[in-house]
Amino acid sequence: MNTNIVEGEQAHSHGPAKGIGRWLFATNHKDIGTMYLIFSLIMLFVGGAMAFIIRAELFQPGLQLIEPEFFNQMITMHGLIMVFGAVMPAFVGLANWMIPLMIGAPDMALPRLNNLSFWILPFAFLMMLSTLFMEGGGPNFGWTFYAPLSTTYAPPSVTFFIFTVHMMGLSSIMGAINVVVTILNMRAPGMTIMKMPMFCWTWLITAFLLIAVMPVLGGVVTMMLMDIHFGTSFFDAGGGGDPVLFQHVFWFFGHPEVYIMILPSFGVVSEVIPTFARKKLFGYHSMVYAIVAIAVLSFVVWAHHMFTVGMPLAGELFFMYTTMLIAVPTGVKIFNWISTMFKGSMTFEAPMLFALAFVILFTVGGLSGIMLSLASVDFVYHDTYFVVAHFHYVLVPGAIFGIYAAVYYWLPKWSGRMYDESIAKLHFWFSFIGLNLTFFPMHFVGLAGMPRRIPDYPLQFADFNMMISGGAFIFGMSQLIFVYVLFKTMRSGEKAQHLPWEGARGLEWTVATPAPYHTFATPPKVED
Amino acid sequence: MKINGRLLKISQPLPLAVICVLMFGFCFLLVPLYSVFCDWTGINGKTSGPYQSKGNEEIILERKVAVQFVSNSNENVSWPFKALEDRVDVHIGEKRQVEFNVNNVTDAMVVAQAVPSVSPSEAAPYLHKIECFCFQQQVLAAGESKNMPLVFFIDPKLPKHITKLTLSYTLFDVTPVVDTTI
Repeated sequence: MNTNIVEGEQAHSHGPAKGIGRWLFATNHKDIGTMYLIFSLIMLFVGGAMAFIIRAELFQPGLQLIEPEFFNQMITMHGLIMVFGAVMPAFVGLANWMIPLMIGAPDMALPRLNNLSFWILPFAFLMMLSTLFMEGGGPNFGWTFYAPLSTTYAPPSVTFFIFTVHMMGLSSIMGAINVVVTILNMRAPGMTIMKMPMFCWTWLITAFLLIAVMPVLGGVVTMMLMDIHFGTSFFDAGGGGDPVLFQHVFWFFGHPEVYIMILPSFGVVSEVIPTFARKKLFGYHSMVYAIVAIAVLSFVVWAHHMFTVGMPLAGELFFMYTTMLIAVPTGVKIFNWISTMFKGSMTFEAPMLFALAFVILFTVGGLSGIMLSLASVDFVYHDTYFVVAHFHYVLVPGAIFGIYAAVYYWLPKWSGRMYDESIAKLHFWFSFIGLNLTFFPMHFVGLAGMPRRIPDYPLQFADFNMMISGGAFIFGMSQLIFVYVLFKTMRSGEKAQHLPWEGARGLEWTVATPAPYHTFATPPKVED
Repeated sequence: MKINGRLLKISQPLPLAVICVLMFGFCFLLVPLYSVFCDWTGINGKTSGPYQSKGNEEIILERKVAVQFVSNSNENVSWPFKALEDRVDVHIGEKRQVEFNVNNVTDAMVVAQAVPSVSPSEAAPYLHKIECFCFQQQVLAAGESKNMPLVFFIDPKLPKHITKLTLSYTLFDVTPVVDTTI
């Protein structure tokens, strides 16, 4: 795609507002994107600190550091914060920054809604974190908050948890509506929907998933609220309800949710790999169809999270086969990425390293997913560390490495400065080694029968757990390198070239470096 | 709204917001859907309400099945609750009455609700209850011991490979819920 380079746009545009007002009343997509990304980085460290506490307790068998009650709160909060506070806002931040730049739009379509959807989040998460200091402690029922653990047996602070979920659900829905409207209306002339960059495509589908399932999450927590305070019995068998219903409704939200957390990463990797392989993305059309297929299938596989709940055989088979079917479009994507690299002139800068690790390690997580999809053996794997290993392999090198690849890739354009390549590579290698050291042994202890969410374990798991905790320490600490890279780039990074990556294509590289406050005031021309 | 001289159809967020509201409603719709689906397929071991006579209940087959009764109390319930017969062998189609006993050993009036479940769940649609104490909430005065009847028969269409089925009741204390509704 050849595009006309438009420079010096900022000459006749006003700059950002002065002081704190710039951020409080921000309507600029770049400012809001930056705030989302910083917020999610802070949340990554908050959730990471909780993971530290968990791994410190599990360093040795026996109970040393914390009470089991507090351990339960830590595993719950770690999950909730990482899913809703770190990964999802980071992707919304990337969407805010990149979608208008990639489709040649001056801003998001609904800038004030954008401001609202960001500013809800800090308050929502402050409220959730405050529950840790309340009487009875914070949520302690696991991030999946199964009833009746989260209704009959929940601490009093559960009401605050419910409102937090309502707030961040609203935030996500508004963000998603914004993305859909922006993409459908504001593409530059000539950019047809099948010429759109892959990142925009994945976000379009993600946004539709969000619009479809976040209200279901809102509904299920509303039912919990009514069960707790208004005497209904949606999930109380004594009043004619059914706790299993909770699991069905939750996972009807929950399974599309896991694709919400991975699809934008697919998009990032589909941008990064062609750049550093210096080839066009292989099989663009099949990539688009694969995303759509994954999104559609995600609505009919939810019960594979609950094979052991006592489903009839026909149900188990249905959910098993539909789940295995997802491997097909996912495989299409993996092979397309590999084909893109095939015979390419590859170089291995930090974004490419993260993208490559994504492809390899996401496949590892995908394969353990195939193992888990087998209903008959899932009875053995269910609720063991094997499951923990599986979803961390898809979320950490999947979602989080995707975000790192995106940040390193676009940082020169955002900031106008180049990051320090050697320290960034250090960040990558420490993360890569730490993460594998942490999550790979979890497969073994899981298969040997170590249950998840328990603060203690028998002696035979001691060596592997020590290794896991050590790996977690390396992985956690190496994220500080990332913060250092960011600071160093902002303070003393070399000035970035206009096109920092020689293989990069797309509208976002046609704007000046750093990206001016207002871009594409006049729409660019998109030619083939 | 006009951007770059192009008209932006601002009406578009509206259908998306409507989808959100509909999905929120759909979440609540899942509750009755779930019940209907479980009733219809008999999965989840759910049994249906009082049997509606279709005029064919006179067929009694030679074949016998064993029906076992299990009685559980939910965790807050301290009243002894048990089936007077653990197991009966009935001809298929034969109406049989069995009794369950619950003894309110507390010194307060309580309201109990029994929730049935059939295992294997495949057999659930073939177990017809003509009368059951689980159809109503049971009010127990302080110290009252009560025998509660269950009249049931097995449908002649019961699959051949099922020779034994288990009917389980879990007793819940619904006094607080009933109190708030009064």
